[in-house]
Amino acid sequence: MKEYIIRLVYVEMLGHDASFGYIHAVKMIHDDSLLVKRTGYLAVTLFLNEDHDLIILIVNTIQKDLKSDNYLVVCAALNAVCKLINEETIPAVLPQIVELLAHPKEAVRKKAIMALHRFYQKSSSSVSHLVSNFRKRLCDNDPGVMGATLCPLFDLITNDVNSYKDLVISFVSILKQVAERRLPKAYDYHQMPAPFIQIKLLKILALLGSSDKQASENMYTVVGDIFRKCDSSSNIGNAVLYECICCVSSIYPNHKLLESAADAISRFLKSDSHNLKYMGIDALGRLIKISPEIAEQHQLAVIDCLEDPDDTLKRKTFELLYKMTKSTNVEVIVDRMIDYMNSINDNHYKTEIASRCVELAEQFAPSNQWFIQTMNKVFEHAGDLVNIKVAHNLMRLIAEGFGEDDDTADSQLRSSAVESYLHILGEPKLPSVFLQVICWVLGEYGTADGKYSASYITGKLCDVAEAYSNDETVKAYAVTALMKIYAFEIAAGRKVDMLPECHSLMEEFLASHSTDLQQRAYELQAVIGLDAHAVESILPSDASCEDIEVDKALSFLNDYIQESIEKGAQPYIPESERTGMLNISNFRNQDHHEASSHGLRFEAYELPKQTVQARIPPASLASTELVPVPEAMYPRESYQTTTVPSVSSDAASTELKLRLDGVQKRWGRQTHFPSTSTSNSTSLKTVNGITQVDGSNTANSRTRETYDSRKQVEISPEKQKLAASLFGGPSKTEKKSATGHKSSKPSSHMVKSHAPKSSMEVASEKTSVQQPPDLLDFGEPTVKSTAPSLDPFKDLEGLLEPTTQVSSAVNHSSTAAVTKSPDIMGLYTETTAGAHHKDSDILSGLSKPPMTNMVGGTTTMQVAQSSKGPNLKDSLEKDALVRQIGVTPSSQNPNLFKDILG
Amino acid sequence: MIHFVLLISRQGKVRLTKWYSPYSQKERTKVIRELSGLILTRGPKLCNFVEWRGLRVVYKRYASLYFCMCIDEDDNELEILEIIHHYVEVLDRYFGSVCELDLIYNFHKAYFILDELLIAGELQEPSKRTVARLVAAQDSLVETAKEQTSSITNIIAQAAK
Repeated sequence: MKEYIIRLVYVEMLGHDASFGYIHAVKMIHDDSLLVKRTGYLAVTLFLNEDHDLIILIVNTIQKDLKSDNYLVVCAALNAVCKLINEETIPAVLPQIVELLAHPKEAVRKKAIMALHRFYQKSSSSVSHLVSNFRKRLCDNDPGVMGATLCPLFDLITNDVNSYKDLVISFVSILKQVAERRLPKAYDYHQMPAPFIQIKLLKILALLGSSDKQASENMYTVVGDIFRKCDSSSNIGNAVLYECICCVSSIYPNHKLLESAADAISRFLKSDSHNLKYMGIDALGRLIKISPEIAEQHQLAVIDCLEDPDDTLKRKTFELLYKMTKSTNVEVIVDRMIDYMNSINDNHYKTEIASRCVELAEQFAPSNQWFIQTMNKVFEHAGDLVNIKVAHNLMRLIAEGFGEDDDTADSQLRSSAVESYLHILGEPKLPSVFLQVICWVLGEYGTADGKYSASYITGKLCDVAEAYSNDETVKAYAVTALMKIYAFEIAAGRKVDMLPECHSLMEEFLASHSTDLQQRAYELQAVIGLDAHAVESILPSDASCEDIEVDKALSFLNDYIQESIEKGAQPYIPESERTGMLNISNFRNQDHHEASSHGLRFEAYELPKQTVQARIPPASLASTELVPVPEAMYPRESYQTTTVPSVSSDAASTELKLRLDGVQKRWGRQTHFPSTSTSNSTSLKTVNGITQVDGSNTANSRTRETYDSRKQVEISPEKQKLAASLFGGPSKTEKKSATGHKSSKPSSHMVKSHAPKSSMEVASEKTSVQQPPDLLDFGEPTVKSTAPSLDPFKDLEGLLEPTTQVSSAVNHSSTAAVTKSPDIMGLYTETTAGAHHKDSDILSGLSKPPMTNMVGGTTTMQVAQSSKGPNLKDSLEKDALVRQIGVTPSSQNPNLFKDILG
Repeated sequence: MIHFVLLISRQGKVRLTKWYSPYSQKERTKVIRELSGLILTRGPKLCNFVEWRGLRVVYKRYASLYFCMCIDEDDNELEILEIIHHYVEVLDRYFGSVCELDLIYNFHKAYFILDELLIAGELQEPSKRTVARLVAAQDSLVETAKEQTSSITNIIAQAAK
């Protein structure tokens, strides 16, 4: 039997399914003979994992074996415990394992410690009362047990540094004893005294000493000793050295130790072994945070590694470069990264390096032009791997341009973007995300500078929609872009004639299965039928930066509610209160819950723009009183629309819902501030001009020369150039970026604090001026929103000049509180909560462009509704319903906000 | 911590696997396939570390066998390299100049030794002598058990006569 099980293990190892034999392995561990039992345990640990069904059969045996007299049986059982016991079964064996901590055999104690460590990893709460045992075991006579205790302590300290500060002294003294060879000879490894224990201890010390001067001071001598004693000719000696460097770079910096660390790094980098080079690069990356100047003496070694045929080494070097990127060397580094990105086909790493490129480009971009070009490259080569947020950021950058100062630069930027995109469109097989960006930019700015005719751009857009006919998002973007271009044409008073291919495309989309596409196509049709004035208010040219205010209090519904109440309806009771009542409405409540939970399951409509869209139809419907609100929202209850209570409660429930997603989306400036800061630094740079860069170059070449003369190695000029561009003047740039940061900070504050105020203004405005049920007035929301949107600019300018800070003082106090975090959140009034809401929405990277579309879109929907027959209306209502349900989950984490707001 | 230990022959045959993090059978075969493709193709003078799915794989070649261990990003690679060597030394001491065939025919013993060395993905015993002593103790127990069983069978056989 034993032989069979071993063979079964072999079979399983080779990748075949051996699950039929698992039960026999389980039976074997019940056997009395140790020989069989041990094999059984081995097989079981290899076959099963912790959530397998058979585990429950094993627990009893393990309990019995843990009590066995024979320590070998206990050891075998403990091995199995480490692998097989899951969170639920921990309590069953825990008391016995704690007893085993005092077992006379050190092997058992050691394994018991490791088992407890495993339990801690699985569920830290189950063993939290046993932490003192670990401390006790640290003083065990046997070094093996002591070494094993370091593993759980390391984890504990990682989670909570402060409660273990008292152990620093004991750790240091242990390390000292180890380094002085006080341990038995058996623990030596290649003439090093217990190196594995040393490494573990150094890791722990690094944690304990980080940013703690007092604790670090205790460590300096012992770490210095180890630096000296380490034998750098053996591998294990280098491992300890590397750990020392990590420790030094993590604890409170000490000049002398840093020096010896730098020495060790240079030894690593100069060695022939690739392993050591790799470790050297890694160590350099750690140390560079503390003393950036040490990179300069190693620049040539780093560049050698960058050109090494070894892939791993190359990646590590890119990691290092990523860490040392400044605004002076960002171009070189990102170019290199993109080159490398093109040469690999490992998706995981490609994603990573693409996101790094994007991050660096966003952070340090010297000019917007360069930024756009870089992003184009990244999208082109790794398009589908890039986060969609990045695409939205890019669109926003193009839309907002440089921000305040001059318009010509903006339009230049845009036209160059349009040109490059038209050029890129010629290439086959572009990634979807990139196409979305292209479509949006072409729609928004394709005809803005008059260089290209509308028919040329629309032709291109139609080509895109046709060529990528299986990607609905791209098609939707293309249709919206078409709509925008036609709208601009109409608004400019030119006659619009649709291209034939555009016509056929529309025909196709009008019958599309995707409701989204269908609706966009109908909108396009409707827009084309309108006159210039109307179109201009729907889709104002270059208005993507304008803000949209959303009346989240639903004040326009007040009339309607008033009317219902006069007719005898009950006033709205919040859902939380209603749940307490034991009447029929309970039933209805359940219904609501069901409906809302129902909504959570749909995931189809995740695009952020739809939140606004879905939100507005009920509003416009209510104001025109064409259709009762609840019907649009919940057709299931439409039979109840005449009975008054359900109307009020439904309206209320929509309000509750709408609060989740219908929060004002003044989304622009805030997340944008990194790019404004870059533009700030850009302008600084253009002022300073090239001279500064040159200066750093010459400074660098001087160091290079000294290096050359010392080493007397022939180095190719390209390498030198690269080195110079990579390691240029770090200190200056840092200062600059810091100032950039500072100047950008207040602006973000300003915007934050401004938001609630403006929303209140708008709300009051809206309550006083009820929207007249006039169809021609569909431009209203956009028009209104432009007024407050002007304010933040003014305020922002005001803040940037430190003299006029009258308003900001007030605002600042409120922002400070708002930013303070969730604890206080509940105390805030609804408006502040709204502001929070908006923050999180902005952070989630919603895109501005689609939102303008939506306002236009929904209003046109209304037009279409009134002009066409009831059939169309019904379908649109249905559409709105689908959106409503689909949209609720898309607002980030709706439950969370429910808690906060409700 | 160590996520798994793999022994692969140069032909890509698996000789030993030990998983410290949960992987399903399907994932295991996938991991092995990916890693053997990645590691076996690397040249001799390159470094012994490979980045893989955000983790590091440290490998070392002994004759025709590749010993691989997969670790977290922030672990000390050189240390892991030495743990591999440590394991090989213990194996060597136990089998007396170990070779691939020893591991094929006695792979369960290799597992027992590994269990004494590593537990739950951490090094539990840095001393070769202790490990050797423990394994020897287990083996001697096995021997006595064998003798007992053989003597019992003898007795039974005699009694049957």
